[in-house]
Amino acid sequence: MPDKDQVSEPQHHEHIVPPRVYIVIIITLLCLTALTVVAAYIDLGPFNVVVALVIATVKASLVVLFFMHAKYSPKRTKLVIMAGIFWLLILLFMTLSDYFTRIDYRGVRFPMTQSISLGTSHRS
Amino acid sequence: MHRTGELFGQFNTLEQQKDTASLGMWIFLVTELMFFGGIMLAYTINRHTYFHAFAFGSKTLSLPLGGTNTAVLIASSFTMAMAVWSSQAGRRKLIPIFLSLTILLGFVFFTIKYVEYAQKFHHHLVPGSSFDVRYCIDNPSKCSDMSAEEIATERKELEEAEAGDPDLNAHAQLYYSAYFGMTGLHALHMVIGAGLLFWLLRASIAGRFTPQWNTPVDIVGLYWHFVDIVWIYLFPLLYLIDRHH
Repeated sequence: MPDKDQVSEPQHHEHIVPPRVYIVIIITLLCLTALTVVAAYIDLGPFNVVVALVIATVKASLVVLFFMHAKYSPKRTKLVIMAGIFWLLILLFMTLSDYFTRIDYRGVRFPMTQSISLGTSHRS
Repeated sequence: MHRTGELFGQFNTLEQQKDTASLGMWIFLVTELMFFGGIMLAYTINRHTYFHAFAFGSKTLSLPLGGTNTAVLIASSFTMAMAVWSSQAGRRKLIPIFLSLTILLGFVFFTIKYVEYAQKFHHHLVPGSSFDVRYCIDNPSKCSDMSAEEIATERKELEEAEAGDPDLNAHAQLYYSAYFGMTGLHALHMVIGAGLLFWLLRASIAGRFTPQWNTPVDIVGLYWHFVDIVWIYLFPLLYLIDRHH
C-alpha cells in the first residue's frame, strides 16, 4: 500500500546505533563468556546445561538486537525473526518430547541405561 | 547487484529498498537457523544417550583455546558492527580498517582452530579406523604435548567413563563426529564470510559505500553476526560438558 508520506519523503533516515552501544555490548558478551566458563565448573546437577544455554541465549539475543539492529528494524523483519525462532522451537520441542518419553522397540526406555553395541552382533 | 545505489522502480524510498534487502537476508538466515538447529538437536539426543562418552570427549578439548576463540569471534563481530557504523556515518576511511580487523580476527580464529584440529589428529581422536580413545594413555611418549599429570587425569576420566559405558571407544567417535561436523560447518561458513569480507574490502577501498548506499556491508554484517551466534551456542555445547567433575 503506497503511503503518501513515504512517497514525498526522499530522505534516507535509518537508525544509526552509536559506537558506545557496541562497546557496551562487546564488554557484556565477553563477561558472559567468562561467566559461562565459571558456571561450568560449579556442580549444578542437571542445571549446568540449562545455565549454559540460558547464558548462550542471552548472548545471542544481544547480538541479534544490537549488532544485527533487530531492535531498530521494521516490524515485518521482527516478525520473520520471531517466526524463525518459533519454528525452531517446534522442531526442538516436538522431537525432544518424543525422545524423552519414548520406549523403543526393544522395550528400552530412552536414554538407554544399557549400552548398545554399534557392532554387527546386535543387529535385529 | 546494483552498484551506485539508485532507487529501483518497485520501491518508494531508498530506506524501503534497503529494508527489503535486509528482510531477504533475514529469511535466508532463518533457513540457516533451521539447518544448524537440526544438527544441534541431533547432537543433543546423542549427548543424552551417550553422556559418558560425550563428557569424556568434551574434556579432551582445550578450554583456553576454545574460550580464546569465543572471545576472538565476539571481537570480530564488534569490528564488523563498527564497519557497518562507519559506512552509515559516512566515515569512508574507517570502513576498510574495520573490515581488515574483522578479517584478521577471522584468521586468528582459523589459526587456533587449526591448532586444535591438528592436536586431535595427532592424538588419534578423529573418527575412523585409527581412532583410539586410549592412544595417549597407552603411548604417553607419542603425545609429547601432554604433561604426565594431564595424561594421569585423562586416564582417570577414561576409567570413570568406561565404568558407565563399556563401549566407550565406539560412542566417543559419535562425539568427535559431532565436534568435527559442527565446528567444520561453522568454519566453512566463516570461510565464505571471509571471502565476502575481502570483496567488501575491495569495494570499500574504492570508496563505494556511502551513508545513502551501504547495503552490502549491512547484509554481510548480518551473515557474519549469525556465524558468531552459531559459535556462541557451539562453545558451551561442545566444550563445557561435565567440566565440574
